[in-house]
Amino acid sequence: MHRNCLLALALAASALTASAADLVVGMGADVTSMDPHVLNAAPNNSIAEQVFGTLVNRDPRQRLEPGLAESWRVVDETTWEFKLRRGVKFHDGSDFTAEDVAYTVERPATLKGVPGGFTVFTRAIVEKIIVDPHTIRFKTAKPYPNMPIDMSLLPILSKKAAQNATSADFDSGKAAIGAGPYRLVRFTKGDRIELARNEAYWGPKSAWDRVTFRLLTNDASRLAALLAGDVHLIEVIPPQDFAKVKANKDLNVFTISSNRMIFFHLDSGRDKTPFVFDKSGKPVEKNPFKDVRVRRALSKAINRQAIVDRVMEGLAIPAGQFVPEGFFGYVPTLKAESYDPDGARKLLAEAGYPDGFTLTLHGPNNRYVNDEQVVQAVAQMLARVGIATRVETLPFSVYMTRARKYDFSAALLGWGVSTGEASYPLGSLIATVDAKKGMGPFNWSQYSNQKMDALLEQALATVDNPKREKLLQEATEMALRDHAVIPLHYQVNTWAARKGYVYTPRTDERTFAHAARPQ
Amino acid sequence: MLAFALRRLAQSAGVLFVMSLLVFVGVYAIGNPVDILINPQADQAEIARATAALGLDQPLWRQYWNFLSGALTGDLGRSFVANVPAVHLILDRMPATVELALTAMVIAIVLGIPLGLLAGLKPESWVGKTIMAGSILGFSLPTFWVGLMLIMIFSVHLGWLPTTGRGPTVEVLGLHVSVLTWDGIRHILLPATNLALFKLSLLIRLTRAGTREALSQDYVRFARAKGLSMRRVVAVHVLKNIMIPIVTVVGLEFGSVIAFAIVTETIFAWPGMGKLLIDSINTLDRPVIVAYLLIIVFLFVLLNLIVDFTYTLLDPRVRLSGARS
Repeated sequence: MHRNCLLALALAASALTASAADLVVGMGADVTSMDPHVLNAAPNNSIAEQVFGTLVNRDPRQRLEPGLAESWRVVDETTWEFKLRRGVKFHDGSDFTAEDVAYTVERPATLKGVPGGFTVFTRAIVEKIIVDPHTIRFKTAKPYPNMPIDMSLLPILSKKAAQNATSADFDSGKAAIGAGPYRLVRFTKGDRIELARNEAYWGPKSAWDRVTFRLLTNDASRLAALLAGDVHLIEVIPPQDFAKVKANKDLNVFTISSNRMIFFHLDSGRDKTPFVFDKSGKPVEKNPFKDVRVRRALSKAINRQAIVDRVMEGLAIPAGQFVPEGFFGYVPTLKAESYDPDGARKLLAEAGYPDGFTLTLHGPNNRYVNDEQVVQAVAQMLARVGIATRVETLPFSVYMTRARKYDFSAALLGWGVSTGEASYPLGSLIATVDAKKGMGPFNWSQYSNQKMDALLEQALATVDNPKREKLLQEATEMALRDHAVIPLHYQVNTWAARKGYVYTPRTDERTFAHAARPQ
Repeated sequence: MLAFALRRLAQSAGVLFVMSLLVFVGVYAIGNPVDILINPQADQAEIARATAALGLDQPLWRQYWNFLSGALTGDLGRSFVANVPAVHLILDRMPATVELALTAMVIAIVLGIPLGLLAGLKPESWVGKTIMAGSILGFSLPTFWVGLMLIMIFSVHLGWLPTTGRGPTVEVLGLHVSVLTWDGIRHILLPATNLALFKLSLLIRLTRAGTREALSQDYVRFARAKGLSMRRVVAVHVLKNIMIPIVTVVGLEFGSVIAFAIVTETIFAWPGMGKLLIDSINTLDRPVIVAYLLIIVFLFVLLNLIVDFTYTLLDPRVRLSGARS
């Protein structure tokens, strides 16, 4: 009798500890593959970084810190050296060495028939030199300061496990052998990813024995699952429910400024623009956005604080440049444009548009937080300074293809600065379009500023950090004082957890199990 | 019979061909998959590389030709985002959807036909009227809203059932089935009910109308005059005669339940094909979209065929011939 009681107690206790050390997370977007190099998309990368690990880690504010590499340094202008951590084992017990790094760096370019997107991190490397099993050097054709950042975004594979594997072998777990804090237990497509703690992990031990990432892409269902206690932690609280979630005593809320800036591209590079008309509906003679006064007028006409308060339910921060405070290249003196409708009207009159003009704003309707409502709010604000504004929003799949053909006059875009520094948005969004140099691939404004281009090019070839930061700040300031784009706001990343669970919020929108812990 | 089946198959091949062409052109018209799939950090060269890697740099007719020659050898292409054959991806997810659809259909039939009969036999009673009023609700409330309400009531407030997801599965003959465990049943109950609601209402109305019509027929009056019990008249004569439209509807609706479980699967995070289709449309994963729709068309053709054969069993007057198709 007594023994039975004890047994029952022991069982109950063990059941409790087991459940106390398990974590169930509701993810907001689909993870498509366990092969970490098939698709460079945030949900896939988030899981991959936990299973495979990277040479360089990013802290919650995307500052770099040692990962599978203990340290890194510039040997000369075109050579980087990474010192690998000693004694690190892959999940299958084999040793992690420079061979694995060399293999990983080669792999993205060899994958066939996939969108990939990881060659952007590896193609600067022209030669790999394995100095010893724990030292590897990367040679580049020209000075390449962003190498450590790139290495923080490339999941490292075990050569032994991956070299003859197909993507299906990764999905089944056979080839998904990494050196990250968790190992893959099971991947059920469209449903869940089950992980278990890597007991041999080199870093701080995770609090969770087992972690289940459930793919709950519907906002309402994800929140319901949290409310019912089916999951312990969710990412992306639907903004309309944020106040309710915050007031709920059973839940904890965690927020941080994201690295994603929402802005408008204004078609300022061409003489004719497709969606600006005069008040009678006839196409205008010349493109008003070529005039910096018109661009400034639009920026002044927008009440960013109102968008933040009313449309974004407080879950945004007015923006005046590409990267938020604390990121490399942030310009402290460059603030968000203040709301000044009178000033906007005056500028429009000066530029020869005292009665304004007619404009269609374009934006996606399923991509960013409340994207459609943001475009509508901006349209109303522009109408108040005399620009009769129409709104057309499209599903992202349709929108993106048209935007890349320069089909719009004013187009909303959001840019997550995954690199944590300013050269990336400057180069992608406002550097003069130049396919040969790989500049301006998303410069839908077709903005062109030779001086800014020169500064950026110089920055991209400057390995010295303080010098590079100064150049980036100069370039940013030059472009934004010229209103190359119209910044609106930075999104805020949100997480909600049941009482008893704490999450360290991250600017890079990643949901890492090891960033969660019991209270 | 054989001629009929062969002719049907030939027609289906034609339908499949037209369908693939439509979907191909349709997805092409929406947008370029590379624009969605490419990482923002890519530059022009990387975008060009990815476009070529997916074969999207070639003219549309050549892309279609490549697809068609693959399809004839049974290869419907690989998913852009998962890098596995599209058909595998769909067949992997199919059991979950079929299980959900079957459960929903069982709920609809088991509840719908008796309730419809009852409403048909006693149209003026309060029971009959309540059933009809309920069926109107089932018709008119959007699945999306009902699903969320079910979750809010039974999972969040009462805490009886899990909010989302599929329960643990048991492998039976190589298929993963979740309705064999208690936890699995708990998981499927809400989504299946949600999916069944519309079909349930449909069956109630269909059965009721059929019953009322049959009751006024001469053979029923004759059977009653002969002194048969009401129970026997309903169970044997009425039920058998109203079965033809019901079988038609159940057969065809089963197809639509499978094909359009999308909303329910999305709300309940049910890992079936419908959710796969939505995710694939969002990423313009063309091989999966095309393969999915081809499989669904094939399914409809097959179900039609089964319905036709069932007719002959239920009503000996129906003869399948080459002319009737």
